[in-house]
Amino acid sequence: MTARNRELLGIVVAGLIAGTALATVTIARESEVSPSALTYGFLFLGLYLAAHVVVRRTVPYADGALLPLTAVLTAFGLVLNYRLDSDSGGRQAMWVLIGVVALSGVLIVLRHDYRALESYRYLFGVAAVVLLLLPSVPGLGERVNGVKLWVDLGPIQFQPGELAKICLILFLAGYLREKREVIAQGRLKDFGPLLAIWGAAMLVVVQTNDLGSALLNFGIFLAMLYVATGKALYVGAGLALFLGGAALLYSAIGRVQERVTIWLDPWTEERVFCALNGQLELRQDCASYQLVKSLYSIGNGGFGGTGLAEGIFTSPDGAELIPYLRTDFIYSAIAQELGLIGAAALLLVYMLFVVRGMRIALRAQDGFSKLLAAGLTFGFALQTFVIVGGVLRIVPLTGITLPFVSYGGTSIVANFVLLAGLLLVSNRASTPP
Amino acid sequence: MNRQIVRLTYVSLALVGVLVVMTTYWQAWAAPGLANRQDNAIKRVAEFSVDRGLVFSGQPRKRLARNIERKIDRRTLFFRRYPQGSLTAHLVGYSTVGRSRTGLERSLNDYLTSSNANLSTLVDKAFDEIRGKAIEGNDVVTNIDLDAQQVALDALGTQCGAVVALDPRTGKVRVMASSPSFDPNLAEERFDEISQITADCAPAAALVNRASAGLFVPGSTFKVITTAAALESRKFKPESSFYDPGYCTVYGKRVNNFDTTSPFGTIDLENALVNSVNSVFCNIGKELGAKRILDQAKLFGFYEDPSLETPSDEREPSGLYDEGKLYYPKVDSNVDAGRMAFGQERMLVTPLQMAMVAGAIGAGGRLMEPQAVARIVAPGGKVVLRQRPSLVRQAVGKDTADAVAQMMRLAVEGGTGTAAQISGFSVGGKTGTGETGVPGANTTWFIAFAGKDDESPAELAIAVVLQNQEGTGGATAAPIARSVMEAILRRTENP
Repeated sequence: MTARNRELLGIVVAGLIAGTALATVTIARESEVSPSALTYGFLFLGLYLAAHVVVRRTVPYADGALLPLTAVLTAFGLVLNYRLDSDSGGRQAMWVLIGVVALSGVLIVLRHDYRALESYRYLFGVAAVVLLLLPSVPGLGERVNGVKLWVDLGPIQFQPGELAKICLILFLAGYLREKREVIAQGRLKDFGPLLAIWGAAMLVVVQTNDLGSALLNFGIFLAMLYVATGKALYVGAGLALFLGGAALLYSAIGRVQERVTIWLDPWTEERVFCALNGQLELRQDCASYQLVKSLYSIGNGGFGGTGLAEGIFTSPDGAELIPYLRTDFIYSAIAQELGLIGAAALLLVYMLFVVRGMRIALRAQDGFSKLLAAGLTFGFALQTFVIVGGVLRIVPLTGITLPFVSYGGTSIVANFVLLAGLLLVSNRASTPP
Repeated sequence: MNRQIVRLTYVSLALVGVLVVMTTYWQAWAAPGLANRQDNAIKRVAEFSVDRGLVFSGQPRKRLARNIERKIDRRTLFFRRYPQGSLTAHLVGYSTVGRSRTGLERSLNDYLTSSNANLSTLVDKAFDEIRGKAIEGNDVVTNIDLDAQQVALDALGTQCGAVVALDPRTGKVRVMASSPSFDPNLAEERFDEISQITADCAPAAALVNRASAGLFVPGSTFKVITTAAALESRKFKPESSFYDPGYCTVYGKRVNNFDTTSPFGTIDLENALVNSVNSVFCNIGKELGAKRILDQAKLFGFYEDPSLETPSDEREPSGLYDEGKLYYPKVDSNVDAGRMAFGQERMLVTPLQMAMVAGAIGAGGRLMEPQAVARIVAPGGKVVLRQRPSLVRQAVGKDTADAVAQMMRLAVEGGTGTAAQISGFSVGGKTGTGETGVPGANTTWFIAFAGKDDESPAELAIAVVLQNQEGTGGATAAPIARSVMEAILRRTENP
């Protein structure tokens, strides 16, 4: 069986899963069984079949597992968003459609040789920094939940951080491919641009209060530096540098301190000062309200979960119990309704995606492609870890999205572009001479 | 670069693997702990989709707590209503979405929500879930006599205090009233109104169940325990003779009788209890020592939480208290036994405890476990739990109990407790007036038991306590005890 036929089979299976889940939610929502409940499943299948056709035409030798895995991940996101709020389910579906269009566009434009991007590496580097700083430009940036992540351009709002990540990976892949030997020798002047990136990462935290993006981008940088040079010492030094910077920021920025306090002690026995209302409250009723409620949601799921559409996310008076459920906390909704089985299945899909991505990096023949595939894949894994780890209290909680699952347009489109990158690299590596 | 990529793969997989491990931790290992947290709103809403069990009074059978159904967000939720309002607020408590629970609503939550897992209920529950039917909780039937409860609460009025009445033969609690009371229907949305309740004491603390968690100076009611200890010691008999100068000297200080103007002179123990003569008990206390009296008190249940079905933090143990903590002296000299013998020193007791003492005396020394709940019934009528009378211990020998009972009867016939006489019944009682030194701020008591005649065991025991009183226990608390006892005894007579 060829990769493309395996992909087709995988998409049909993903379509069956998504169709069943969407029908379940529709039936629970409408309280009646009708054939129309299957409509969404067919639309979903149709969309991915179209994507499959584009892939077959543009990158016929690409990896056959990534697109079906993506289909399953977006199915999780669509089902949960639709279950929580039918309007945002619809909008999420539109974003997936746009994501598939973006995927097709990238594949069509770059189908001959994506490696031409290497020559624009510095452009991507500048673009990454500009995109990261865009939300803090007065008049453009929008502050959501105390963090500047959004850019407001009249009718269009987007989170440039997601795109910045891809630009950064493209820059690093090109730059490190060119300079890997000299950097490995440890000449100080070649570290200039790298220290600049570290400085920029710290600056971004100061400017936007966005610890999550800083951690993500700096993590990607260290991973790619390691892949390029093979020097674990650099990773250690980089981590020390980052931790030092973080410690400095911890003492300087109140919000970072608050995040860490919430992470270490979400529950208090005694009332502490609450910045939200200026009174003394238990921390679980104030600063760590979100995190604690999200943990209760996960705990309520147990092994098998409450079942789709049976989870509890609203109080009897209709108020939301967990703020930002569909974006930052989508994982705790999944963990409640689908239980440990469902959550573990989701994480397994991420693992498979990571394994396929790294396999592509291994099989790629040139340094740029290797660095690109490894960077994209590691970024994908690290982003999953940072957000889900935040929800699970492994690391301080930061507001970044769960790839392909969280509600949000920029994130979905950016991740489809990431997928396109991996497909392009794998197509080139597997093309018979 | 491939070696590095392989290592990076391991790191990436480890990162996601940690997520699997931690998800397992929260969903399997930590889940029960999370579920028990008071601020777990999700668990609370989950429990509100259970058709919670009802709570009934014993006689007449009325609903103390029922449910109203409301459909919210495609989910049927069951909210609590308390048809009897403030009548049984402290015992039954409340169950709300917004606040934690209290009373039986809290301590019996597992039964009321059918979370008391055994195989058959678990299977029933699973079937209900599959059929999309709400899980039905188990009903709780209490022993409360609703009419007598009403009499008690009416009699307490705006005064702060409590009434506990129980059947000393079985331990069944008939009345548990605490004043001021509150309307549990307000707990969900108008909690402010509860915290603003005022009464003849400050703070009024309407939420506190004074019947089992209120600690009061026992005053002369403690003499019952001292008398029991005296007789058990075989050093004293009811006929033992004392000389009362109107006061007693402890550590060189004079401790006066309630009325110092007319000392009794030569008096025996029986008459000393009937007339509540402090100096006599002061001397008995000095003779016996504090530990001997306290050990007798322990046999009556002091120094332990009375095993009622309400949450344990709504019950307090009786005993000596030192700086807010229960205190048992290492040696006799740590405690002023003379003052303790007539209920002063640092002795603090609950009305529930004193009703148990009166009951044990009236029932031949047998101390029964107090029980507010009669049975718990599953949907369909199967009895999940039936409370059976349970003997805590023989608190005093039968001879001693009968002798003390006889003295208490005399106190009602012609002593301090005449206001508690009920025609056709044999009532024994003891008054108490805990003086705080501030006029109009006395704590007054009446503890009593009642039976058909002097020979048969008592069928009812009661303790009444009132705060901030001007009069004596005989004048203020005894009439309340009488009317509550009458309400119960007349019913038993003509059911």
